[in-house]
Amino acid sequence: MATIYSDPSSVIYREIDNAIEIPGKRAPLVLGGRDFTSVTEVVTDVNLRPAPVGWYIGFGVAFCLFLVYVTCVFLLLTTGVGVWGNNQPVSWAFDIINFVFWVGIGHAGTLISAILYLFRQNWRTSINRFAEAMTIFAVVCAGLYPALHVGRVWLAYWLFPIPNQMAMWPQARSPLWWDVFAVSTYATVSLLFWYVGMIPDLATLRDRSKARLGQVAYGIASLGWTGSCRHWHRFERAYLLLAALATPLVLSVHSVVSFDFATSQLPGWHTTILPPYFVAGAIFGGFAMVLVLAIPAREWFGLKDLITMRHLDNMAKIMLATGMIVSYAYCTEIFIAWYSGVHYEQSLFKFRALGGPYAWSFWAMMFCNAIVPQLLWIRKLRLNPWVLFLIANIANIGMWWERFVIIVTSLNRDFLPGSWGLYWPTYIEVGMFVGSFGLFFTLFLLFCRFLPIVAMAEVKSVMPQAHVHHGEPHKQTHDQRRSDYSPDEGHRKH
Amino acid sequence: MSSLNPSAETVVAPSLDIEVPKVVGLAAEYDDVTRVTEAAAQVRDAGFKYWDVHSPFPIHGIDTAMGVKPTILPWLVLTGGLTGCAFGIAMTWWINAVSILPPEPFNWVNLQGYQYLISGKPLWSLPASIPVIFECTVLFAALTTVFGMLLLNKLPMLYNPLFKLKNFRRATSDRFFIVIDAGDPNYDEAKTLELLRSTKPLTVETVED
Repeated sequence: MATIYSDPSSVIYREIDNAIEIPGKRAPLVLGGRDFTSVTEVVTDVNLRPAPVGWYIGFGVAFCLFLVYVTCVFLLLTTGVGVWGNNQPVSWAFDIINFVFWVGIGHAGTLISAILYLFRQNWRTSINRFAEAMTIFAVVCAGLYPALHVGRVWLAYWLFPIPNQMAMWPQARSPLWWDVFAVSTYATVSLLFWYVGMIPDLATLRDRSKARLGQVAYGIASLGWTGSCRHWHRFERAYLLLAALATPLVLSVHSVVSFDFATSQLPGWHTTILPPYFVAGAIFGGFAMVLVLAIPAREWFGLKDLITMRHLDNMAKIMLATGMIVSYAYCTEIFIAWYSGVHYEQSLFKFRALGGPYAWSFWAMMFCNAIVPQLLWIRKLRLNPWVLFLIANIANIGMWWERFVIIVTSLNRDFLPGSWGLYWPTYIEVGMFVGSFGLFFTLFLLFCRFLPIVAMAEVKSVMPQAHVHHGEPHKQTHDQRRSDYSPDEGHRKH
Repeated sequence: MSSLNPSAETVVAPSLDIEVPKVVGLAAEYDDVTRVTEAAAQVRDAGFKYWDVHSPFPIHGIDTAMGVKPTILPWLVLTGGLTGCAFGIAMTWWINAVSILPPEPFNWVNLQGYQYLISGKPLWSLPASIPVIFECTVLFAALTTVFGMLLLNKLPMLYNPLFKLKNFRRATSDRFFIVIDAGDPNYDEAKTLELLRSTKPLTVETVED
């Protein structure tokens, strides 16, 4: 016999599994019967209580990998780009593969923050803070690659339009220069968006911190925020404007990155599908990384009531949708290669999939990106956090293989057979790649330790207690109850 | 804490230069979003101008209840974006399409443009420069948004007498405050206190500086 606690169609059951849809009644986004006080406590405890041992272990591992990175970079800078396996014809390899990989991961953060905000998806409020942090740190990892791959890194300032005694300026028609502007703008806007969004939460930490150092540090960082509603008014307008600006930025930045390839003449690169294909792939890979970060974080920091099954379900669905767009793009590429009748394009795809030296990587990519995400159609797998974690990791690996396939297979066999050549990475390249994860996780763990990992103010604003009741609840008309924030019928706490 | 008993006196020793705390306002504390919104409407209707509501998150509908006028920030951002667009167009034109020295007194060779003639393509090509122009537009608009918002909010302002209130640290957590400035023309310690008390707050305190 089904009680209200075990009957899946009951509103109360959704306290346990809020991924169930009941038409006409919005699912709760914060579980556990929490009020504002307990939301504040559970999030600030991560920063104000001593760190769990797991944090120290994770930080130790990440920092060691970071030191590996520093060592490899040192060897690169002192010896030269020859320590890498780049050659002719494969002049772009791990450096650009990893650049595009990290930049792609960085796009999900802004998508969650900006695009889901514009679509009024209130569930984004639990995950947007660390998704934006992920963006910042991914862009840091990404941006280092173009800077380091130029060879004479001490001249990297030549990338910027700075007046100089040679009267020499960069070329504005080059996609490589569009990259400079795109990635710099993206880094700046993401950083500003992240910081501005954090100001109210830093104020919360300032007010709850017992240690003097914490009070001073969070006090300076929160700029004296008092929660004034006049300030909130301008803050909300600024947030909306930044979201509206960041949305075309996400789309344009990865399109500009794709132009690095699309504006060339190489078969496999010179196609107009590349911008939407790259953007969809970036969102796919980015959400995979958000899941890889969110699932352990909710487990270890006690955030299961804030990052609920519904959140994981929604992210899994987005991953599935973008994974299918990416698979469609693969099919389109292959179809158009055949349909075009262009001999070089057709040969390239034959080499990619069948006879070439890197055909194994193509099938790895297909397996990870096109086949494995199809498991997400199954609800039971979507709602199992550790299966989801595994699928998200496979998706990330698949996205790396995608960039490898695009870059290396197109370069390795281009027009003239006499120019063909093989590529294998060196230890320094692999070390830099693995080390970049060290850099990423070092920064991310520092963020988890010292900065508010959930946007408390935003989460509170989508809780039922934040809704202003006009008149007595039982006298409300049906229209008055139809609002974004109306509490569920039968919800115990008012 | 301050005393609301009008007959209590603060004793000042005349020979020492002690600063007497001055009352700069009244702060009423609430724990319910509906009550604070209704109270705000009452304070607005009573004609107060120098007052504010403090809350841990933006309350839906508080702007109408307070009578807050829409901010000019969007116009500033539009201006910033258009400036960025003009800057991008001017920059991509100057650095790649012209090769003249700027006019006196800026005729430094460092600022002279460099014409890249690449396979006969036009020197100043708007379609090819659009990515750079677009990014400049977005960058300038975003910088205007952030710094415009902070400047309009007069932030950073690290000192605020409200921080001396013991309960105010919950304003960023789970409580709501209505603060009326003593400098408001309608302010009268007794009448304003009565008005705030009638809105059924948890506590009312004086804010001292």
